Amino acid sequence: MNRIASAGFAILAITAGVLVLLGYFINTPAITNFRLLLIDWAVILAGVAALVGVGNLFSVHMQRVRQHVKGASYSLLLLVALLIALFLGVTPGLETAQHIMLNAIMIPIEISLLALLAVSLVYVSIRLLRSRPSPYTLLFIITVLLTLLGTGAWPFLGQITLFADLRAIVAQVLAAGGARGILIGVALGTLTTGLRILLGADRPYGGR
Amino acid sequence: MEPLRLVALGLVGLSGLGIIIAAVLVGRKPPTFRDIPAFRQIRRAVSMVVEDGSRLHVSLGRGSLLTPFGASALAGLSMIRQLGETTSLSDRPSIVTSGDGVLNLAAQDTLRSAHDALRISQPFDTNRGQLTGLTPFSYAAGALPIMRDNQISTNVLIGNYGIEVALLTEASEREGAAIAAASDNLPAQAVLYASTPSALIGEELFAAGAYNQAGNFHIASLVIQDILRWLVIATLGIGAILKALGVF
Repeated sequence: MNRIASAGFAILAITAGVLVLLGYFINTPAITNFRLLLIDWAVILAGVAALVGVGNLFSVHMQRVRQHVKGASYSLLLLVALLIALFLGVTPGLETAQHIMLNAIMIPIEISLLALLAVSLVYVSIRLLRSRPSPYTLLFIITVLLTLLGTGAWPFLGQITLFADLRAIVAQVLAAGGARGILIGVALGTLTTGLRILLGADRPYGGR
Repeated sequence: MEPLRLVALGLVGLSGLGIIIAAVLVGRKPPTFRDIPAFRQIRRAVSMVVEDGSRLHVSLGRGSLLTPFGASALAGLSMIRQLGETTSLSDRPSIVTSGDGVLNLAAQDTLRSAHDALRISQPFDTNRGQLTGLTPFSYAAGALPIMRDNQISTNVLIGNYGIEVALLTEASEREGAAIAAASDNLPAQAVLYASTPSALIGEELFAAGAYNQAGNFHIASLVIQDILRWLVIATLGIGAILKALGVF
């Protein structure tokens, strides 16, 4: 029975996938409309999945609070914040409170994490020279320094034209060329991964 | 149908056919792959997890399966199945985190399949697949305590991330855990190159299944990927020469 259900899911998923793919290439109203309908369904299901995921997050942290594990107080804080956010989100007429929650709590916290990230990245760059001394590392560090020197107007020095020109060559010719090469590779990888799923070789919906 | 779309559809169709043919051929004579240190490290880490009773953490990033960024997460999912089967037998089975609802469900389902395949008597714990946040930084912030509190000896980060991945690599480094990381995002790749000793760059990420014995189709798709790459290189080269000659 399980095998039959699994085969049924696979046929359904592959058919839907092929129809959505064909919708991108064949411009007939029937296929295009069906593709849009399938995508609409997928978006709705993704919303439900996000809700299930939040439920999972709630359950994990509730378990941590119950078991009094290390850091359970943070889990409790998360649960309380989650319930407050839920209440403010679903109660009509509390739009101002929602904006305050977003602009006064969430965005500043994410920005402070971004600031922390800047420090982490500087530290990582310094550590890189020590942990992996190689020509590539040197090239990496020189490129970073060149980009920094050529980007802005520096105190006392102003805009140094030589560095700005070098930065332009690095960023617009060398880096852009390299980036396009990497992106072509990623695109080919994406294509073959998608094809594996359309062929039923990979079944993320059936655990295979 | 526009000619360009017809060509694109033909290419997709031919690639699909190529994968099927290559899957049959590689079954008879498997190709030899070049050594990628990150995959070697993952294999070593998995055996260590089973031996020393520590835990493996796989992070799938936050790429929604409804977008092209989901492909990197799918590469991660195919790896989970292989790693899940090996690590489910250890005292501390692996944990998977993600930043997208659909991805979280797919990860739980994959872990459950690996658990069922081994016929383990203990019931499957759905909390082994966790959604830690729905925005880039909330995902990273949610994954940090998991990396800290669960006796993680190896972190495998494979999926779509932005520069926030540096927070995860930094946390792994602080905990003294081994790390293997890959992303399809260019800024994240730059960060990973600088912050991890064995980052996967570019399309190496999509070779995860082939390097972890996920089956002939994974090897076949890698072969087709290589052929397509050479086709693209040849097209670009010929185009450049024709342009230089003033043909178009």
